[in-house]
Amino acid sequence: MNLIAKPSKENFKTYVPIGLFLISLSILDVFVNAFFNFNLMAFLPSQLSYFLPLILGFIGFYLIRIEFSGVHSLDILNKNINSNNFNALLTLLTIFIIIKSIPPMLDWFILEANFIGNSKDDCTGDGACWVFIKVWFNRFMYGLYPDAEQWRINTAFLILFAVVGVSFFVSEKFKKYFVLFLVFVFPFLGIKLISGGSFGLEYVESAAWGGLSLTFIISAFAILFCFPIGVILALGRRSSLPAIKYISIGFIELWRGVPLITVLFMSAVMFPMFLPDGTFIDKLIRVLIAITLFEAAYMAEVVRGGLQALPKGQYEAAKSLGMGYWRMNALIILPQALKLVIPGIANTLLALVKDTPLIFVVGLMELAGMIGLAKTNPKWLGMAMEGYVFAGLVFWIICYAMSRYSQNLEKKLSTER
Amino acid sequence: MGKIIELKKVNKWFDKFQVLKDIDLEVAPQEKIVICGPSGSGKSTLIRCINRLEEHQEGNIVVDGTELSESTKNIEKIRAEVGMVFQQFNLFPHLSILDNCTLAPIWVKKLPKKEAEELAMKNLTRVQIDDQALKFPGQLSGGQQQRAAIARALCMEPKIMLFDEPTSALDPEMIKEVLDVMVDLAKGGMTMIVVTHEMGFAKEVADYMIFMDEGKIVEKAKTKEFFENPKSDRTKLFLSQIL
Ligand SMILES: Nc1ncnc2c1ncn2[C@@H]1O[C@H](COP(=O)(O)OP(=O)(O)O)[C@@H](O)[C@H]1O
Ligand SMILES: [Mg+2]
Repeated sequence: MNLIAKPSKENFKTYVPIGLFLISLSILDVFVNAFFNFNLMAFLPSQLSYFLPLILGFIGFYLIRIEFSGVHSLDILNKNINSNNFNALLTLLTIFIIIKSIPPMLDWFILEANFIGNSKDDCTGDGACWVFIKVWFNRFMYGLYPDAEQWRINTAFLILFAVVGVSFFVSEKFKKYFVLFLVFVFPFLGIKLISGGSFGLEYVESAAWGGLSLTFIISAFAILFCFPIGVILALGRRSSLPAIKYISIGFIELWRGVPLITVLFMSAVMFPMFLPDGTFIDKLIRVLIAITLFEAAYMAEVVRGGLQALPKGQYEAAKSLGMGYWRMNALIILPQALKLVIPGIANTLLALVKDTPLIFVVGLMELAGMIGLAKTNPKWLGMAMEGYVFAGLVFWIICYAMSRYSQNLEKKLSTER
Repeated sequence: MGKIIELKKVNKWFDKFQVLKDIDLEVAPQEKIVICGPSGSGKSTLIRCINRLEEHQEGNIVVDGTELSESTKNIEKIRAEVGMVFQQFNLFPHLSILDNCTLAPIWVKKLPKKEAEELAMKNLTRVQIDDQALKFPGQLSGGQQQRAAIARALCMEPKIMLFDEPTSALDPEMIKEVLDVMVDLAKGGMTMIVVTHEMGFAKEVADYMIFMDEGKIVEKAKTKEFFENPKSDRTKLFLSQIL
């Protein structure tokens, strides 16, 4: 080991250039190999040429690992990805894997993918057949909703986005009217518009609803209702009145103990058996109630965690000022408790959105369900990969947006103090 | 003279453990009472029974003409008349100092927002932190927080103020600023029950001293007599330890 001096400030001038050169060489070799299928080190015996980038990179990282080099960026780099030999090895492998996996991904997604045409036969390239998504796009968005009536769904969502968008720009004073409209008026207005049956709008039964718009409708309603119910259940579980307390506990534990798929199935198949003859509740509404109550039980436990984290003094101070139970909770306890559990709330709501595909068990098809249906179409067999990659991407975008929103909210509320 | 607080033969248990034993206490309007005694003797429990943060099991407690019991309706109304200041301040951390002070007047007493803010500023000026009104509790020193808590209680314009060791959680250099506010309040004619070991404060403002031990009132006497000529040996011992 003493053949070469340990990297240090003295030999900085020689070691760092050599080290950086070796690292660049090793990355270049992998890059050229992955993208152009050309082996720079082909003149070497095959086994050696296979491992050479790793060896070169490893030596390079060793040479630049100089403590307190005095160069800020080098120190940062060493500290984060090159603190010891093992760390350097992991860094190299990570870089290699990323480089190696880019070309095939690029090929499948774009370079060798098929965008043009109307049928499976137009997909001649080796990559993805995006024609499938293109042809079925309308169904993936609207389900079996009649083409001529789809403007109604569009209008409902346009109103929603417009109201939400405008609400960001109005003053605090008017904001509450926007919120009240969104919570108490819009959901019913929107549903009326989409289901029709009055105002000269043709009735579209909920069995025809589907695709991404159904994902949104179900998620939005379930979120809207499961939140207040969850809060009430959380408060109920901590109530000093035994009846309320045990009803809440029973409710929460019952719903939490059953898989959602079972709940959905029972809501569709068993629930109607208990209804008096002749009464009929729409399948979609039954499913909505089931999902809402199911998620409310989870929400209740998240909120309860926040309630328990508050010191007893907060309750006592509120009481000593003459606040009754509801004022104390609405003004003092919940604002603090909910703020504490924003990450948990976001988690539950994300899970809710991602659980919506399960409604397929009762024959309703949102985005993933429609894709499942399309891929079994005889003319489009073998398109599962494209379909589910597309579904995954769409769900990811929705969930990532929600996650970002919750992070912003958390930041905003915590800097306000 | 009519009494604003009356306790008769009050007994209280936590499970099997008896915290208060046959407590008798009468307080006239504008009287100032200081309660002292060793830790765990039941001082906090006693004053918390007066605004029913704790429930007693036997005896009677009458506050401003209303008897406190399980069947008392509008316990909130009594609490609104009885201000309380805690050892740990218990300010609402999610609200500014001003909002801490206006919240209860607006929502409990239904004061218009503007009036509530004027009242809050008046009381914040009185405790000399009007310049901190828009800050949040976490940005204030302990002494300032406790004064804000006093202002918050005063904004309900209570007839009675209860203090539970208001200076025990403070650094020594901040104790005086809080005691000054309390002396000022006492001089203004507020009815006060104060649990504290600040004997200088007690000598300055208290009409009566109460010494508690093991859930009992061992001695109740006029302040001068209590310090110069305590009757019970336990009181003497306690005083010799803390003076
Ligand atoms: N919530 C409670 N549950 C059970 N025991 C309690 C509770 N609060 C107080 N105690 C007990 O009652 C006794 C009196 O408490 P406290 O009134 O706080 O005394 P002090 O304020 O004089 O120090 C102590 O022994 C304490 O442990
Ligand atoms: Mg105490």
